[in-house]
Amino acid sequence: MTGDIAEMGKFIGAGLAAFGLGGAGIGVGNIVANFLAGALRNPSAAPGQTANLFVGIAFAEALGIFSFLIALLLMFAV
Amino acid sequence: MATEDVGGGGLAIHPMDQFIVKPLFGGDAIHWYTPTNVTLWMAIAVLSMTALMVLGTSRRAVIPSRTQSVAELMYGFVYNMVEDVTGHEGAKYFPYVMTLFLFIFLSNMLGLIPMSFTTTSHIAVTATLALMVFLAVTIIGFVRKGPAFLAMFWISSAPLALRPVLALIEVISYFVRPLSHSIRLGGNIMAGHAVIKVFAGFAGAMGIASVVPIAAIAAMYGLELLVAAVQAYVFTILTCVYLRDAVGEAHH
Repeated sequence: MTGDIAEMGKFIGAGLAAFGLGGAGIGVGNIVANFLAGALRNPSAAPGQTANLFVGIAFAEALGIFSFLIALLLMFAV
Repeated sequence: MATEDVGGGGLAIHPMDQFIVKPLFGGDAIHWYTPTNVTLWMAIAVLSMTALMVLGTSRRAVIPSRTQSVAELMYGFVYNMVEDVTGHEGAKYFPYVMTLFLFIFLSNMLGLIPMSFTTTSHIAVTATLALMVFLAVTIIGFVRKGPAFLAMFWISSAPLALRPVLALIEVISYFVRPLSHSIRLGGNIMAGHAVIKVFAGFAGAMGIASVVPIAAIAAMYGLELLVAAVQAYVFTILTCVYLRDAVGEAHH
């Protein structure tokens, strides 16, 4: 509790790493927004593309999850 | 993870305590043979999977009962997914994909029962599943295609000067697959449960105003039901995408 610099750095680092999740949010939002825009223009083609939608979401989300992992590692493992 | 309170803050919130692995029959020592809460909940997942698929469909009624229609719907859903993504050749790996889907789906759903334990929130569990997929894909790829499997890394449609760079990137992304595959599932499930627990900590500290965090818990719970299903789906469909590389039927 008495001003441990390393401890402080851990918390600051974990907080900074959480910023990465914002990027994942933007990415996932982009994908879904574009999917919806496309699906509303051609609704009949939409059901065939849901698999691609989820794969795209998963790939975009993975990088955000990596930064979440870094935050967790800093909090509990370092 | 998180065995003690690191921060020593004002609120007594231990969002990670729910993920501690404990032996079922007292004591603290955990050996490879110790039955723990993970063992228990994995066994329950496997038992409910068996009950759903074997007992649910055992009567083979023409007009299905509710259990039988759930089992048939899941079967059809996963089968169509495998066939759509990996093609007709890949459909022979359907039993593996179906098992993966059901196990992850039921583990996620069982983990949402209050006071239960979520096995898929542990990276150790998801990493095992993802490494198995990685190994299976690599082995199937080499068995089916031989050395030609390596052509996957050499993108012949790219300009020649770019190909070595792309090959390097492809190799790295190939080996990062099990990492992202496992962390996506484990991280999502763990984060959701931790968020619910944090709100629960607020609810305990806020007195009459705790109506707000309790409503938030209910909303998060609904979201977590969705996440549990979607993450099981994503894990399986990525398995199919990876299998497509190994089975090698040109899809697009």
